[in-house]
Amino acid sequence: MAQALMTETPVRADAGRFGGTPSIELRDVSKFFGQVPAVSGISLEVRQGEFLTLLGPSGCGKTTTLRMIGGFELPSAGEIVIEGEAMGDRPPYRRPVNTVFQNYALFPHMTVGQNVSYGLEMTGVPKPERQRRVAEALDMVRLPHVENRKPAELSGGQQQRVALARALVNRPAVLLLDEPLGALDLKLRKTMQLELKQLNREVGATFVYVTHDQEEALTMSDRIAVMNEGRILQLGTPGDIYERPRTRFVADFIGQTNFLEVEVIGSDGAAVEVDLPGSGPLRARPPEGVPAQGTMTLAVRPEKISLMADLPGSEIPGWDRLSGRLEEIIYVGTYTQYVLRLPGGQELAVHRQNRAVGEGEHPMGETLTVVFNPQSAALLAD
Amino acid sequence: MSSALPVSVDGRPRPARRGLLGRSGAGDRALALVSLLVFLFLYLPLVVVVVYSFSAAEIAVWPIEGWTLDWYRELSRDKEIHEALQLSVIIGVVSASIAVVLGTLAALAIDRYEFPGKAALRFAVVLPITLPGIVTGVAMLSFFSVLTWPMSRWTLIIGHTTFCIALVLNTVVARLGQLPRNISEASADLGAPPWRTFWRVTFPLIRPAILAGAVLAFTLSFDEVIVSFFLQGREPTLPLLIWGRLRIGLSPEINATATVIVLVSLAAVLVSNRLSKQATLGG
Ligand SMILES: Nc1ncnc2c1ncn2[C@@H]1O[C@H](COP(=O)(O)OP(=O)(O)OP(=O)(O)O)[C@@H](O)[C@H]1O
Ligand SMILES: [Mg+2]
Repeated sequence: MAQALMTETPVRADAGRFGGTPSIELRDVSKFFGQVPAVSGISLEVRQGEFLTLLGPSGCGKTTTLRMIGGFELPSAGEIVIEGEAMGDRPPYRRPVNTVFQNYALFPHMTVGQNVSYGLEMTGVPKPERQRRVAEALDMVRLPHVENRKPAELSGGQQQRVALARALVNRPAVLLLDEPLGALDLKLRKTMQLELKQLNREVGATFVYVTHDQEEALTMSDRIAVMNEGRILQLGTPGDIYERPRTRFVADFIGQTNFLEVEVIGSDGAAVEVDLPGSGPLRARPPEGVPAQGTMTLAVRPEKISLMADLPGSEIPGWDRLSGRLEEIIYVGTYTQYVLRLPGGQELAVHRQNRAVGEGEHPMGETLTVVFNPQSAALLAD
Repeated sequence: MSSALPVSVDGRPRPARRGLLGRSGAGDRALALVSLLVFLFLYLPLVVVVVYSFSAAEIAVWPIEGWTLDWYRELSRDKEIHEALQLSVIIGVVSASIAVVLGTLAALAIDRYEFPGKAALRFAVVLPITLPGIVTGVAMLSFFSVLTWPMSRWTLIIGHTTFCIALVLNTVVARLGQLPRNISEASADLGAPPWRTFWRVTFPLIRPAILAGAVLAFTLSFDEVIVSFFLQGREPTLPLLIWGRLRIGLSPEINATATVIVLVSLAAVLVSNRLSKQATLGG
């Protein structure tokens, strides 16, 4: 199942940025710790200069995958190719890869300058050039004037930047980042997300980024690999992953989704007709990679659904339409979540933008009619 | 600050700190008195030794009738004591040095690798400091006898090294455990082969712990009596010499010797403390 879903999305708007040999190739890579499978047969091509994110719940094998690319763990099976060279059992210090560790792993006994210069020293870069490049790298992460301080004398965000500079100064072909923003507060996280993305464009290195924060993945990545239980479930652009999830897990893990069990009635090519017990026929986008038949799951995101009452004109032709009793109102700030109980007993969450204060409030228990575009309703096999 | 009450992280006010025994001043005073008695009990004998080392009288009399430095002068001319001191220093330095190398290597292995019997190894290494000295002494004596090795300064060094290793191992393992995770990996990631990682990252960070362990090991070796008693050759170590002379009677010169030893040990312990504090602060 997961194997069949791993075909790549062929084109994208800025595909011209990438090209040539892939930066990293994982070929059917597995990793067992004793009997425990941490990664089960992952195949993946990361393009030159791409910002690729491994996204998935805790324990799904993201760190293990990254550590295998870095050389800290060796695959139990399969092959890892970096910049066209098979890595085999090559140790970390001989791979064209640098890592930004989650806890930064700065050397506490060295100054910031010595930390950043360390990699250059190891590769025998002469001192004058080292000094110049260290200053350059610290500049790049917007951290001048701290060269002579010890890591312990910096804030979390500053240490994070030092870790970044220490990796980038070596001009690696590939930069691996394992939840590097995990320890930062929300505001700083947002800033650093933008800066990382910008750095990726500026330095042209391939970034492989690990996170379990879906929002972070969506905002930063060129492509996202959604992982679960040691496998890649779906690989695609943020738009692909969010708008066209192929499995229930992906739809559920990223954003919020209503799942409704439906029976397939027929198909007219552009849309599939399904029956939602208690509510009647609906139209949905045809599924990808699986035939539309039997019992399937209809997935529709709450923000794709509108209240009929809010639409200026009357009915929109061809849109799906459902009615239900308003059972729950949750105010979330930018929107309000309504939960409707459908006639067939199912729940349906609807997000309504809070445009004007006090505009069109609905009392509990009211029966509301909602509509959505069938193209926003995905049919999933599971 | 809007509120005078100290507030904990979750926002609830924290009760103000009080004396250990509650709010009563009487409780605090009782605690102070008990502490004082304990300290007297521990240190009064030491003070007595130091004081009598300056007493002019040949025997311990109270009150002290006159002050003198004679005993120190006598000490400075006592060849036998000098030789014993020299032997003790040699044994302490050699044992501590061997222990530094072996103990550090063992600590690195224990910290870095998972292997079968790791817990057993750790236990086996630490055992000599928990085992009564008399057991270690007898065991080693019979072991060397089986090998028909005569007792000498070499057997002393081997005996002392066994417990010195344990001291170094313990301090270094503790320090390795405190090192930030991943920093050896970060070093490898930046292109350093294992030996460079060791010299540039691991070693500088555990150096204070190694030194602290070494000083502690030397101090313990220096005043070890029981194991040394079984393993000594013809020449006595300083503690054994003192012990031997005590059988004849307490002499003021012994007090002077003891005073010197106390001072040296005190200095060593202070240095060791300083170093391990540096180690925990991350230097
Ligand atoms: N050294 C190890 N020994 C044994 N099992 C391990 C080891 N490292 C990882 N695992 C197991 O492998 C699986 C994947 O772990 P991994 O660290 O790759 O997850 P992750 O996706 O990075 O999770 P998180 O988001 O919590 O960091 C987990 O079940 C974990 O328990
Ligand atoms: Mg992880």
